[in-house]
Amino acid sequence: MGSVTATVAPPTDAHVTPWFRTFGAIVAAGFRRHATYRQVAVAGLVTNTVFGFLRCYIFLAATDAAGRVAGYDRAQLATFVWAGQGLLAVIAIWGWTELAHRIRTGDVATDLLRPVHPVTSYLAADLGRAGFAALARLVPPLVVGPLFFAVHVPRHAATVPLFLLSVVLAVVVCFGCRYLVNATAYWLQDVRGPMILWTLGSGVLAGLYFPLGFLPGPLEATLRYATPFPSILQVPLDVLVERESTATGVGLVGLQLVWAVLLLALCRLVQRRAERRLVVQGG
Amino acid sequence: MAEHGGTLRAYRSLLGAQARSQTAYRTSFVVDLVGNLGATVFDVVTVLVIFGVTRQLGGFTLRETLVVVGLSTGGFAAADLLVGNIERLPQYVRTGLFDAVLVRPLAALPQLLLMDLPLRKVSRAVFGLAVLGFALASAGIDWTPGRVALAVVAPPAAVVFFASVFVTTATVSFYWVDSGELANSVTYGGRDFTAYPITVYGGWFRALFAYGMGFAFVSYHPALALLGRADPLGLPPWVGWAAPGVALVAATVAALAWRVGIRHYRSTGS
Repeated sequence: MGSVTATVAPPTDAHVTPWFRTFGAIVAAGFRRHATYRQVAVAGLVTNTVFGFLRCYIFLAATDAAGRVAGYDRAQLATFVWAGQGLLAVIAIWGWTELAHRIRTGDVATDLLRPVHPVTSYLAADLGRAGFAALARLVPPLVVGPLFFAVHVPRHAATVPLFLLSVVLAVVVCFGCRYLVNATAYWLQDVRGPMILWTLGSGVLAGLYFPLGFLPGPLEATLRYATPFPSILQVPLDVLVERESTATGVGLVGLQLVWAVLLLALCRLVQRRAERRLVVQGG
Repeated sequence: MAEHGGTLRAYRSLLGAQARSQTAYRTSFVVDLVGNLGATVFDVVTVLVIFGVTRQLGGFTLRETLVVVGLSTGGFAAADLLVGNIERLPQYVRTGLFDAVLVRPLAALPQLLLMDLPLRKVSRAVFGLAVLGFALASAGIDWTPGRVALAVVAPPAAVVFFASVFVTTATVSFYWVDSGELANSVTYGGRDFTAYPITVYGGWFRALFAYGMGFAFVSYHPALALLGRADPLGLPPWVGWAAPGVALVAATVAALAWRVGIRHYRSTGS
């Protein structure tokens, strides 16, 4: 696991242990960095809570006389909404423009000088951030939701570990997408356009605005199997509320894994192409 | 008088500079226009998708709900275009840019709004108003002179109300710099709240947003009055007419909050 950058020769050291140590250190730094901003976490929690109430009431109003809609019962819908509000911060679906900013200002040159591949180091930092978010942003809605709504408690023992794995993969898939969006700055300088398209597309196609099950069957299936978007939100939530059998859940998490690997590979490819044409501006 | 003209000229040149700089990167600007349109379109699409799995929501049909959606979306989008930029206030406070704004010989609020007037949001406002127009035309409203008048005053009232909410919530950042998302919970939360008949919500949450903060008067009650429906929650029909009054109260609160906030403002010193 070496690194290839424009300016630094790949290290010849093939030992895996130091690589893990470096990766772990960056993860820890990411965690600490975000743990510093507690006001932001509290403000975000309030917003998640308000939207938890809003979406929960709206979706519950759409249930039929038997209390079901699109394969969810009322308790499953409530869990879907509240866990979704928490996951939003864990996957950091919106607002990450750090890489694009560094590309525009030329600070990215520093990243390229480091002996760790930029995709690897940004991913590590993001996993650290997600770790803090899981504690500060995912747990509270999971506590608040059940205080006001009847929620779905997992029936199978395998669901919880599968959900946790699914969340980790969701973070990686989401990171991959965000990295690609940010990396358009290598070519475009101003990423506001791609960023807006991402913000729009991800919210709708990931299952945030409404569970994708509300869509006609073929459309949902296409989104599910042919795009990475459901992998960043809908899949972990469906696993948690046990919308389908555990076996299907395992299959969906496997699909997430495929997307995660594909997207990270694509990130590295894009990064390599970008480094060939990158001109760092300024002094 | 001459001084007044000078002030206006200063504002105009601020706006002109903004328009030129924003349209300089033409492709980006077009993508921005389309992207901003998309955000509002998806809000409406969400309503349509929900009505794809149910025939009624909180006792309202799709056509009735669209009147609520139109008032909410149109009002919010127009307010967002005019004053939505105030949500960048926390950034201005944190970076110290607000100090520069205060020492200039112009009022702070108009300056802030004109410093980065988001022209890209024009598309959104136009779409929002189009939805409102469509909803009013297709809801089978029994038009009386009174309802025509209400259809004329309710949208501007919604704009004023949302604009007041933007300004009021932004002032929180005078006390709490990293409050950006906190403001979102009321502004965007309020937008989503008003996009559905309030009968779908329940308990103290509905009471807080609908009557505690006044969001029920933005779209729900005017829509009831326009549709000629009795309020399932039991308020009299004339409440729909309270929209302009409530908007004025909101504007007063916003003006007060802004003044108090500015007095309280202490530079971050950076």
